[in-house]
Amino acid sequence: MAKKKMIAMILAGGQGSRLKTMTKSMAKPAVPFGAKYRIIDFVLSNCSNSGIDTVGVLTQYKPQMLNAHVGIGAPWDLDRIHGGAELLAPYFTEQGGDWYKGTANAVYQNMEFMDHYDPKYVVILSGDHIYKMDYRKMLDEHIKKNADATIAVIDVSLEEASRFGIMNTDKNGQIIEFEEKPKHPKSTLASMGIYIFNYQKLRKYLIEDAKDPDSDYDFGKNIIPKMIADNNKLIAYRFEGYWKDVGTVESYWEANMDLLSENNAVKLFDNSWKLYTDTGIWPAQHIGREAVVKNCLISEGCEINGIVENSIIFPGVFIEPGAHISDSIIMERCTIRENAVIKKSIIMKRTEICKGVTIGDGVEIKLLDQDLKVEEDMK
Amino acid sequence: MKDYMAVFNINENENEIRSLTTNRPIASIPFASRYRVIDFMLSNVVNAGITNVGIFYDNNTRSLIDHIDTGKPWDLNRKNDGVFMFNHSLDDLGKMDPKVITNNLEYFYRSKSDMVILTSSYMICNIDIGAVCMAHEESGADITMLYKHVDDATENFKYCYTLNINKNTNEVIDAGRNIGLMHDADICMEVFIMSRQLFVQFLHQAASSKGQTGIYNLIFDEMDNYKTNAYEVRDYVACINSISAYYKASMDMLSSKIRLALLMHPDRPIYTKIKDEHPTLYVEGCQLYNSLIADGCIIKGNVRDSIIARYVTIEENCELENCIILQNCKIKAGSKLSNVIIDKNAVIDCDTELKGSREYPVVIEKRNLALDLKF
Repeated sequence: MAKKKMIAMILAGGQGSRLKTMTKSMAKPAVPFGAKYRIIDFVLSNCSNSGIDTVGVLTQYKPQMLNAHVGIGAPWDLDRIHGGAELLAPYFTEQGGDWYKGTANAVYQNMEFMDHYDPKYVVILSGDHIYKMDYRKMLDEHIKKNADATIAVIDVSLEEASRFGIMNTDKNGQIIEFEEKPKHPKSTLASMGIYIFNYQKLRKYLIEDAKDPDSDYDFGKNIIPKMIADNNKLIAYRFEGYWKDVGTVESYWEANMDLLSENNAVKLFDNSWKLYTDTGIWPAQHIGREAVVKNCLISEGCEINGIVENSIIFPGVFIEPGAHISDSIIMERCTIRENAVIKKSIIMKRTEICKGVTIGDGVEIKLLDQDLKVEEDMK
Repeated sequence: MKDYMAVFNINENENEIRSLTTNRPIASIPFASRYRVIDFMLSNVVNAGITNVGIFYDNNTRSLIDHIDTGKPWDLNRKNDGVFMFNHSLDDLGKMDPKVITNNLEYFYRSKSDMVILTSSYMICNIDIGAVCMAHEESGADITMLYKHVDDATENFKYCYTLNINKNTNEVIDAGRNIGLMHDADICMEVFIMSRQLFVQFLHQAASSKGQTGIYNLIFDEMDNYKTNAYEVRDYVACINSISAYYKASMDMLSSKIRLALLMHPDRPIYTKIKDEHPTLYVEGCQLYNSLIADGCIIKGNVRDSIIARYVTIEENCELENCIILQNCKIKAGSKLSNVIIDKNAVIDCDTELKGSREYPVVIEKRNLALDLKF
């Protein structure tokens, strides 16, 4: 069978505990986003649109929702004869088994998968970032510079820099130092957690890393510093565009609100780089006689009769007359009854807000769990 | 319930709906923002658990073939059974090359189903076909025919077949045509249930006749020899056989009661092709009133009592009223449109004014994107 040029390994096993109740029943990449998507749709669509046809999705924490969503990869055109999407969970062998102990270890444990396709390059991706990116351009740069590894970086502000892994480069863009969350950052080039490796080189380092009992088995903490120390050629690839790691409830809310303009930085409405997802079966949305819709993103199957402003509404949401929703994210199949008031809230799927109830104070983000019936005010 | 297969006969009369069928059959006319006409009957049979569907179509069907493809959206991409396409209708078999007929009839011999549901595509409805099949089996009839009783036949279902039913025995005595003179009529829904054996017998008869007999006419002519059973459908039904019927049925979707029963039935969803469109953005300053809007749109203007399909952009200061805008259209700033049907891909220039009436909506035909290509 034809050798693969580049395959992708998506790290999707993280819990994302700072998203609170949103990740109670699903991994962070499976969290709904942007009125009809899940977070992992961005990276899967990027792979598909970049012409990558073999994608391993590494799962660990609460994988059921992810498994159901990704399936055989059909929505992303990743249901392929040779390759395609494959869900890779931790497993047992004759020698016993292990959970994934870190990002590098998760990839290490799936070496058989990678060996099977024997790719020239592997791109390591995170399943929980919001961005549109053509990995082909990054690979072109990697090949042109004859690098052993290329790390995608984005320019952040100096204040933010201490929250990221920071790359210090020479004038040719070669990485001379990597600092994880430095107190006094020397540069503002933050790692996006996107790595292209020459596969054979990566393989060697993963095996060595796995043998080291003191390692954290992490790309950022172990593999990358080790490769720099060994004088490998590591290149920083500058990405210009929107990129967000929605790590907290606040950043999740902000990233959703970022979509509320025609020329949003995410380029959500750019149909030449579509975002694919596993959609339900819904009719078109109906905006009723008493509805007011101002600056909002609404999806299929909704029946809108109230006032909705600056909000993100997922499929199948019913909003009754007199209800007033502002600055909020309402997930699939929620019902907002007459005269309910919802301010700056995130309401998870199938929750019902009863008549006249007020949710949120409009200052702090109010997060409501799924399958609730809310009969009293929650501010 | 016995094992059923569905046979679609796509050869509907297009005389009254020409401007929407210049490049497609009625079966693939877009409807209710995101569907095609055939999606309804196709979903009905699929929702009854039927996995063997044969589609017989006449000419001008590129759009239909593109829509059906492998049948995946209807879960009909099956290893056993699934969707089978035949490039001729079941009417006028007498005119066709007998070799083609015998080749294609093999499909009916090979099929494992005992029973056949013969249907047209242009009746918009969400009905329980499983219940119809059960009723057919219980009745002991040879042929079951579905009908819808209406009291506005002077206005609707023009030129549709009508059934003359003996209300005591529930048998069909005779069939005719609705020429719009009577208010009350039992409209034939062009859905027939019979055994595969009887169906094949009708096909043979049609193939060996010299004339140009439509398959339905043949059944009506022969039905005296069989026990028939009329089955009344009480759900919403519309027949898309004219511009005015299309316009009226589209506007019916703005009634919550009809829309929810037809499009949001909890057990019987209507399936259609997925296009991966983004959610719709309502920009500050837009005004919406009682409209059905698909995903993939960007709305900045005013939209009232209208049906908007996928990937439509409506710019600032537009005023749309009682319009049907199909896929991929762009309505530029300041346009005023009322009672207008705009077919796919059209770009309406700034400040355009178009005005039709409820009886005579203005129709802008589909723009052929190939004409824009410059070599």
